Amino acid sequence: MNDIKSSEITPEHIYMSRRKFMVGIGALVTSAAVLSACGPQEMASASSSEVEEAQAATQTDELGDTLTPFEVVTSYNNYYEFTVSKEGVAGLAKDFSSSPWQVEVGGLVNKPQTFDLDDLRQKFTREERIYRLRCVEAWSMVIPWLGIPLAQLLKEVEPTSRAKYVRFETIHAPEQMPGQRSDWYNWPYIEGLRLDEAMNDLTLMATGLYGKDLPPQNGAPLRLVVPWKYGFKSIKAIVKIDLVEEMPVSLWMAAAPNEYGFYANVNPEVAHPRWSQATERRIGEFGRRNTLPFNGYSEQVAHLYKDMDLRVNY
Amino acid sequence: MAKRKGTSWTPLQIITHLGAWFPLLWLAWDFWQGQTALLINPFQEVTFRTGKAAIILLMLCLACTPVHTVFGFNQVLALRKPLGNYAFMYGVLHFLIFIVDNGLVSNSLNLMAVYEATFEKRFAFAGFAALMIMLPLALTSNQWAMRTLRKNWKRLHRLVYLAGLLVVIHFVWLVKSDIREPLLYGALLVLLLVLRIPSVKKYVINTRRQLVERTQARTSEA
Repeated sequence: MNDIKSSEITPEHIYMSRRKFMVGIGALVTSAAVLSACGPQEMASASSSEVEEAQAATQTDELGDTLTPFEVVTSYNNYYEFTVSKEGVAGLAKDFSSSPWQVEVGGLVNKPQTFDLDDLRQKFTREERIYRLRCVEAWSMVIPWLGIPLAQLLKEVEPTSRAKYVRFETIHAPEQMPGQRSDWYNWPYIEGLRLDEAMNDLTLMATGLYGKDLPPQNGAPLRLVVPWKYGFKSIKAIVKIDLVEEMPVSLWMAAAPNEYGFYANVNPEVAHPRWSQATERRIGEFGRRNTLPFNGYSEQVAHLYKDMDLRVNY
Repeated sequence: MAKRKGTSWTPLQIITHLGAWFPLLWLAWDFWQGQTALLINPFQEVTFRTGKAAIILLMLCLACTPVHTVFGFNQVLALRKPLGNYAFMYGVLHFLIFIVDNGLVSNSLNLMAVYEATFEKRFAFAGFAALMIMLPLALTSNQWAMRTLRKNWKRLHRLVYLAGLLVVIHFVWLVKSDIREPLLYGALLVLLLVLRIPSVKKYVINTRRQLVERTQARTSEA
């Protein structure tokens, strides 16, 4: 077992209490979170500088960016299946039933399989990956995910040579997901990746964050995480994965084809039709940051697109 | 409508002034309470809220004359000035927050970023244009300007219709996909503008007078 969970190393409250969070206003959230997240006996341990030093290494991503607090990651979510209000998702999703859960992996594969979530957790070793999440709305977070590389799952089902794309589908459960009762969007949520994108080591099937199982508002029990693409590509509550020959049409491609393309790679040079993508607000920071090409993962993924015009393939 | 003696306000005016500050007080209250959206992405939330306050106040401002036309209720006419001015105030706040939100990059004010954010995207430009139209209207919302500009004052202040239109367009262009809410404002605006068309206005006023006369006749008979 090589899965060291961040929660085992860094209790959230210590990490929260250390944070310099949002000049001025930030003091409020930090103290509120500290008060709610921990009892007094835990507060005492926060004073140990040894502990703090040990955590310092794990509190940042590879660029040195600090993790976004657990409370923030789990209370500010774009999840239209529940509501379009980002801070309203957690409340509406809290009773969402994600167990038992099965995910059907099929299509152009030699060994189609239906995995029970518990089997999946048994069969594969979960790894922790700290990734930046860049929303298409120009805000971003840094999140310690727990999951398995999608490549491992796909190898298990053996894609055939005809398979060119992977198509993902979210559960359709309008009785549990009030947003799905609105027919403004064409439910269920669909997303897709090119096979080489899906096989890239960065691409993660996440089942947890901060060392715990995924909370419902973050896409429990199983979601995709593709850190070099805008957040909407990282489809939540997946029930079906199909290997296909044709490029899948995602929900957003169908809803607004001029705004959302299939690739959706983070790209500061290609503006969204309604706003610039050159900068972003890292949640918790007062000013903006410059957005990095491929969200800072160029080294790992830029080669996948080397002969493509990214202005056309947005 | 001018009340020359003293400055006694009608209850409606008092409610209007108090109500117009409500969005700001509510914002302060939610800050104090630590409302999630305000803590996590305060710029976006304050931008949304001040924008919403501005559009609602502008619609209320534009509703005064039609309400007078339909119901013959005089008191509402005195609300046009404060409602218009408050709408402008929230519009200015909305734009200031937008400037800070978009201009502060890597700890320094990037004016190029502000310029791009304001002029390169049509939704932002529509909002900016509306605010620029409202600026001279707010500056001339006083007795002195009315006296000085005479007939031209009314002409100038008709620009508020254009500002209303631009604000609705701003909202329509802003939303992701579900345009029901901005279209609701659009429908309201169309209704408020139609009720200003002279022939429509005349018809409505005549109908109201006939109704009043008929009910009066009936009550006197009885």
